[in-house]
Amino acid sequence: MSESRRDFLASAGKLLLLTGPAALAFDFVVSGRAQVAPGYSAREHWWGMLIDIEVCIGCGKCVKACKEENGVPEGPYFRTWVERYHVAGGVSEHPDVDSPNGGLDGFRERYRAGDGAKSFFVPKLCNHCATSPCVQVCPVGATFESPDGVVLVDKDYCLGCRYCVQACPYGCRFIDPRTNTVDKCSLCYHRITKGLTTACCEVCPTGARQLVDLKDPKDPVHEFLRTHKVQVLKPQLATGSKAYYNGLDGSVR
Amino acid sequence: MDPAALPVVQGFLYPNEAELQWSILIVLYPFLTGLVAGAFILASLARVFNVHEVRPTYRLALLSALAFLIVAPLPLQLHLGHPERAFEMYLTPHTTSAMAMFGFVYLWYLLAVLLLEIWLDYRKSIVLWAREKTGLTRRFYKLLTLGVDDIGPEALDLDDRAGRFITIVGIPSAFLLHGYVGFIFGSIKANPWWSTPLMPVVFLFSAIVSGIALVLLVYMATSALRGKAVDMACLDTIGRYLLYAFLVDFAVETLDLAHRMYEADESFKSLDFMVRTKLYFSHIVVQIVLGMFVPIAILGLVQLVKLSERARRGLYAVAAALTLIGIFAMRWNVVIGGQLFSKSFLGYTTYKLELAHREGLGPAILLMLLPFLILWVLVKLFPPWEEEDEAISPVRAGRPS
Repeated sequence: MSESRRDFLASAGKLLLLTGPAALAFDFVVSGRAQVAPGYSAREHWWGMLIDIEVCIGCGKCVKACKEENGVPEGPYFRTWVERYHVAGGVSEHPDVDSPNGGLDGFRERYRAGDGAKSFFVPKLCNHCATSPCVQVCPVGATFESPDGVVLVDKDYCLGCRYCVQACPYGCRFIDPRTNTVDKCSLCYHRITKGLTTACCEVCPTGARQLVDLKDPKDPVHEFLRTHKVQVLKPQLATGSKAYYNGLDGSVR
Repeated sequence: MDPAALPVVQGFLYPNEAELQWSILIVLYPFLTGLVAGAFILASLARVFNVHEVRPTYRLALLSALAFLIVAPLPLQLHLGHPERAFEMYLTPHTTSAMAMFGFVYLWYLLAVLLLEIWLDYRKSIVLWAREKTGLTRRFYKLLTLGVDDIGPEALDLDDRAGRFITIVGIPSAFLLHGYVGFIFGSIKANPWWSTPLMPVVFLFSAIVSGIALVLLVYMATSALRGKAVDMACLDTIGRYLLYAFLVDFAVETLDLAHRMYEADESFKSLDFMVRTKLYFSHIVVQIVLGMFVPIAILGLVQLVKLSERARRGLYAVAAALTLIGIFAMRWNVVIGGQLFSKSFLGYTTYKLELAHREGLGPAILLMLLPFLILWVLVKLFPPWEEEDEAISPVRAGRPS
């Protein structure tokens, strides 16, 4: 065997040996995969949330529970928050809205009963859109839609370019000042893949927030959606939002 | 976050909107990229469209484009939360992201268009310099010949044809480069201030306007520094093309404005209020009146009235300077303006520009000066002046191409 041929075979062999680890490494590099609990099959679920404005009392327990469960930084950073609407004259393009500290400490009495206006609370969170504008713009795919319909972020991959924050129409994203990467509601993915509900749903005293699995035929959501008039936020943007609101007023943005 | 550091807000903002996401650095990015695209378009006037009068600025325009293109990604890099991960955009790009695709458009433009065109145009000079100079500079130029020292008529003819071809490819590339920047903003449906299909077109024409104004000023300034008289035919022609580009830019921007006002969709009241208050100075006063009406009036006046050379030079300088300020204001109003209102259309925030901050005014000024420093070095290494090598560049030697 000539020298050059032997060299060639040797280097080809080395290359072949390297492809195994390379494939493994590539698998590791590819982002956009959610870590799930053993025994959980993402393809069998399609998660969303049902929010019943009629029964929300604005206690802010959900905001507090979310901050604690997910280690959300203090200050103006929220994975979920509650807004209070005050609509004078029944219909208004300019409702009076506030959300002091995201509603974390509840709401102080501000309006008098019988002032001729309606008041109600609107809990907000990531809408886990099926065609997410935030996922679309991420330059590296650090934010992605999991097969079970949850929009997640890979913090180890996020560049912190903030394009997704600009692209979210609902104001659900923020930059975590501790990591300089984007953060948002994960629908408590670490809980729901283990058969638990989200922290916010867990603590809601009135059941205004319900985690729903649209692929589960036994989920009561199907009956609810069939018998109630529900709406999503900013439907004109066609984001495929999966946060369904019951009793959503036209003044809500 | 320190509550004192929070911006002054008015009305209702979604709680996460308290912090402004994109700073003055992101204003610089489309401004710098626009100058690149505009300068290249001016160069292509000489090269492809045979506008012989602007030949004295041909090489200068190319070097200016290169200097600004080198700096263009730096503000983005400085702005990232994790600059060390920036290269992931090339390794694992997300194909639906306009930002990721921009990286490739940028590389294409830098490597396939600008560097190649400059090299081909300077090849003969580089070979001659490699022969004439001594020591380290000789080695430098020798390296740049890439081992090719054939400067016979046939080789030069090939250079010329290749260069011309690259410029022809370069024009749509320059359009793509800056149109794409417009697309990055124009495609965000969540933001009605940005979301318009006209955005790439508006960005493109404002880019051409700013690039022409830049080269005009650089040409006048370098001539003054070298104690050489400016070529008035060249200046008049650039002034005329600046006016043409301005008129198209004006038409497109007015169309955008008229469309917004007439449609008056759900966001209109909110945006209209913003333009009348927070953005009044930067949008109405600086961008539209000082940065557009005044330069168009000046450039139009020069066309209509016979003025002395001295007066024309002064007016061109003023018009070009106002143009650059106006286009900068336009980028500012797009980027910052697009973040001053809440996506709930119920409130407004303010942008606090700090001086000594990673994303503050200080770094922005440095990043704005850096391209001029790079241009100075480039001009020293590759003198673009006509009289120094009359017959070197086939374009400027007036050879029919």
